[in-house]
Amino acid sequence: MDRILIVDDEEIMRESLTDWLKEDGYEVLAVEDGFKALQAVQEGNWSVMLVDLKMPRMDGLEVLREVKRLGINVPVIIITAYATVDTAVAAMKEGAYDYIIKPFNPEELGLSIKKIIEHQHLVKENIILRKELSRRYQFQDIIGKSAKMQEVFELIKTVAPTKSTVLIQGESGTGKEMVARAIHEASSRNDGPFVALACGALPETLLESELFGHEKGAFTGATSQKKGKIEIADGGTLFLDENGDISSKSQVDLLRFLQEKDFRRLGGTETIKVDVRIIAATKQDLKKLVDEGKFRDDLFYRLNVITLTVPPLRERREDIPLLVSHFLEKFNIETGKKIEKITEGALNIIMDYNWPGNVRELENTIEHSVVVTEENVIFPEALPDFLKKRGAIRISQNKSLQEIERQHIVNVLKENKGNISRTAEILGINRVTLYRKIKEYNIKIEGSAE
Amino acid sequence: MKTIYILALGEIDPTIVNAIKTEVTIIFQVPTKVLATVSNPAYAFDQKRCQYYSTKILKEITAQLPDDGLRILGITEVDLCTPVLTFVFGEAHLKGISAVISLTRLRQEFYQLPANKTLLLHRAMKEAVHELGHTFGLVHCNDKQCVICFSPNVLSVDHKGHGFCPMCQQALANRLVEIIEINGKTTGEGR
Repeated sequence: MDRILIVDDEEIMRESLTDWLKEDGYEVLAVEDGFKALQAVQEGNWSVMLVDLKMPRMDGLEVLREVKRLGINVPVIIITAYATVDTAVAAMKEGAYDYIIKPFNPEELGLSIKKIIEHQHLVKENIILRKELSRRYQFQDIIGKSAKMQEVFELIKTVAPTKSTVLIQGESGTGKEMVARAIHEASSRNDGPFVALACGALPETLLESELFGHEKGAFTGATSQKKGKIEIADGGTLFLDENGDISSKSQVDLLRFLQEKDFRRLGGTETIKVDVRIIAATKQDLKKLVDEGKFRDDLFYRLNVITLTVPPLRERREDIPLLVSHFLEKFNIETGKKIEKITEGALNIIMDYNWPGNVRELENTIEHSVVVTEENVIFPEALPDFLKKRGAIRISQNKSLQEIERQHIVNVLKENKGNISRTAEILGINRVTLYRKIKEYNIKIEGSAE
Repeated sequence: MKTIYILALGEIDPTIVNAIKTEVTIIFQVPTKVLATVSNPAYAFDQKRCQYYSTKILKEITAQLPDDGLRILGITEVDLCTPVLTFVFGEAHLKGISAVISLTRLRQEFYQLPANKTLLLHRAMKEAVHELGHTFGLVHCNDKQCVICFSPNVLSVDHKGHGFCPMCQQALANRLVEIIEINGKTTGEGR
């Protein structure tokens, strides 16, 4: 039931309002001063507050101010028998929802309260729907409503509870690490660590040391013992990114670890047993590398127990608006801006682009746009240059050949102040042809020098 | 069985009183009687507003409820208001004993239109049932056809029906059963 808090120092007003609102089916509490009101408003969940303006000790505006200061989100209607323009302006400035003069027309107050309550119900409904949408189109931090991403979500849910090694394939920027994290989070290992290692970026010796750790003095510069990522990931998940780039020697060591589930630190003699789930990722075609002899087939089969392919963004364009709004929200928070939306024109340009850098490139683009825009809407002008140019091409692409030709003739004529000879020369046609086209396209020559 | 009493506050056209009596008997299925007319409620007059406070009238007529009375409905020709509302067609306390209605704003003449007695009768019957409905615990209904829906103006009174919607009818029936049971216990009826 919707609850209304009345604050009025006159008993007869409190009684009368209470009776009337109760007949409307509201739960009502009426208190006689601001102090009691502030106590009640902090204790209960109220739909609306009706606050009398003129009250001894603490007036209605002070109550309103205090409610706002306490950060309590309840709409306040100021009611008064002594209305002035000044108090009305002050009330609205302080954030009152409405300012109503006593006695009220029965329709006026009822409508104002009804509007507030209906709005609140809509807000609540909106929150529930957004949660439902986000539940459906978001798996932890991964967003996508496309069938391909829904398949990925389902596969994550299926593989997460198992102990199997997972191989994630996908182009750069598709979010392979996010998928790996989602598998970890959805697994029973989520209390353990998630450790990521970008294998492709490391030379062979460093990769071995990073993976297995080393003992003091194992090599020059090994001044102390260091645990490797495998050991750190004990009880959790080890994510090996870009494993297609690792050397033959490292492939052998990794294979050995996958088979035996134990390892020795570099320079160490002790065999260490760990419980680690391996999730590997690659942007390369590992099978092709195997065929070319660049990747061990036995390691490939060890890693490729379950394969999960993250589709490139161009194959799931329907997810772009959802991702755009997600990144808008993210960068609004980061930059403290309040950008509400992206224009249709800007979104069309984004939708048209091929996104070779995938979600990461889209994220960077939205970050750029949020940073440069000074409006509360992102227009095409706020997009990075490479996209803006594409936008211009797109606009011309939507025109017929005749339209482009006409526009080009108009532009060149304008640049040459209507000089037919010069325009014909630039366009590479003779004057007769130019005249014919001017007539045909009904072009008006302004400022002609001829 | 307990009775709903109707009390004319000042001179009221007997046709209207009788029409309300019949309507109330049919809708609430409770015997209805008309009390002797009393004078205009001068005690409720507010000089500043030139209107009569309905809440004061409610207090006054509650005291006039006979011993066998279940509810009392006052009918007046004077214009009613409350401290918070510019006017009311009537007033009743939720789950209270008394209700009052005014004929002033139910008359076409109030809106500078030719008098229409039939329309007035229909409006008066609806408002009487509406206010008495509140005394039986019914709150404003969202169904615009239901007689207990809120009517901020006379057009909405005309728009709504004479009876309760099925939900409110059920709520009223439950409330009447409750009242009969309580009265049965306190008066020894049904033993």
